[in-house]
Amino acid sequence: MTRTVSVRTVLIALAAYTIAFLFLLPYLEIVLTAVRTPDDLLKPELFPRHFTLSNFTTLWSGGGLGNNIAVSLEIAGGATLLALLVAIPAAYYTARHSFRGRGLFLLLVLATQMFQPAAMLVGLQREFTGLGWGSATISLVVINAGFNLAFAVWILNAFFSSIPVELEEAAQVDGLSRLSTLLRITLPLAAPGIVTALIFTFVAAWNEFLVALTLSLGSPATSRPLPVAIDGYVGAYTTDWGHLFAAGLVATVPVIVLFVFIERRLVSGLTAGAVK
Amino acid sequence: MAMTRGRLILRRAEPLLWLGPALALIILVVIWPVGVMIRSSFQHIGGEGFVAGYNGLENYRHLFHEPDLVPVLWRSVIWVLGVVAGTLLISFGLAELFHQRFPGRRLARWALIVPWAASVMMTALIFRWALDPNNGAINLILHRLGLVELGSNRASWLGDPHTALPWMMGVAIFVSLPFTTYAILSGRQGIPDDVYEAAALDGASGWRTYLNITLPLIRPAIIVATLINVINVFNSFPIIWEMTRGGPGYQTSTSTIYMVDLKQSNVGESAAMSVLNFSVVIVVVLVYLASTNWKEEVRR
Repeated sequence: MTRTVSVRTVLIALAAYTIAFLFLLPYLEIVLTAVRTPDDLLKPELFPRHFTLSNFTTLWSGGGLGNNIAVSLEIAGGATLLALLVAIPAAYYTARHSFRGRGLFLLLVLATQMFQPAAMLVGLQREFTGLGWGSATISLVVINAGFNLAFAVWILNAFFSSIPVELEEAAQVDGLSRLSTLLRITLPLAAPGIVTALIFTFVAAWNEFLVALTLSLGSPATSRPLPVAIDGYVGAYTTDWGHLFAAGLVATVPVIVLFVFIERRLVSGLTAGAVK
Repeated sequence: MAMTRGRLILRRAEPLLWLGPALALIILVVIWPVGVMIRSSFQHIGGEGFVAGYNGLENYRHLFHEPDLVPVLWRSVIWVLGVVAGTLLISFGLAELFHQRFPGRRLARWALIVPWAASVMMTALIFRWALDPNNGAINLILHRLGLVELGSNRASWLGDPHTALPWMMGVAIFVSLPFTTYAILSGRQGIPDDVYEAAALDGASGWRTYLNITLPLIRPAIIVATLINVINVFNSFPIIWEMTRGGPGYQTSTSTIYMVDLKQSNVGESAAMSVLNFSVVIVVVLVYLASTNWKEEVRR
């Protein structure tokens, strides 16, 4: 009996490892390409013959990739901060109180999750260029915050709802004001939810491509977000794959690591609003 | 008492204090652009973005007379149906596999989310490079298996719309699998074990158990995952943009790519196309809401 069970487990494990490897394989190709010399890139070989870091070093010195990374950090960091500042009070209030318009508000949040920037690109472009904020970065901060608000609201709403009201009441009996109760008792307890919302928004804003491409088209090359800079390596006839994937490695590895941290809670933030 | 009136107003305004910032952000980023988009679709807009006045339905008339429009819309239907159906089918299998207990499951699941974490644009570029006719990794492997000649027309998968579209749909399925599998997995984990023990006692086979017990119980998870996938796939831009730019001509364009491309030549017409796309999304969302019980939630 136990023997058949273990054979089954081995087969399942082998199948799962194979699939896991297949999922990683395309991203290993980033590494295998980024370390190739220009000569190696033209050879029909699966594995590079020589190993070089020159793609990385030239990106840094001559390509100005550092500037693009800084722009993307500003956008992703700013959007995360704004989304959380706005989502925390909304999620807290809707979790704790029932009031007229609560359902309508939650429906509106659900709608923002359904309407993606691609569906209203022309409107976004005309509105935000018309606002004349000077830099595409600020517009991209606000837009990314807005389109990731729903995830933050759902995940935080779920966490706030799970914290017993009695805990807050006890704190208020002890003389804490409502605001300091929220700041000193509730928020620390909801920390896992906050971290999840933080990482999700950061990664989404870091990866966002279409709006970034549309709004930063008129900006000088050094003040474009990282994905737009990477897109710039794609040429009509030839593409600089070595540099492209060296930059791609920088763009990809940090967000994969971040996503692994919130893996268990990813789904609830996306589907909580819909199944509630 | 005199103070109650003032207090009442304050109480009424209280929700606005907490929800106000979120509402403001939603209005600025979601509602206002929809308004701008609809208005732009009735305007004549010059190359530099200058509005040269209203022109009624001229943009729509122009759009509906585009010879590319009908093929583009059909392609969008194929794109969405093919990608979402493929994603769901594979995800059922993956979720079932990764639900089983085996050593190293956590690590294997981490690998599964990588295509979700990485930007879709990067994944699309990897496949574009791997499909390079002369030295792309996929073609190298196919060449060693004796299936293609390097540098031949057959190896130029992305140059031919008949082969480019299936490859791009494959990439779209690949990047949709992590979320869908995780959504089904989380629905699957919510099913208590004794349900299966009862089924086993009744002598139900593995397949019958899956069809009659598992599927109905994970239905809510499937519906939500399907809706989110339909919207994501319909609005998907980076895959086609990076792999073929929608070409040759518009032969691999979906409606989202077509809208972005129209924007270069005629902003008003592109706005009309956006309104068309947006209406499709609204219909999908309404059908979804009609099939769930959101009204009860709103009334609460």
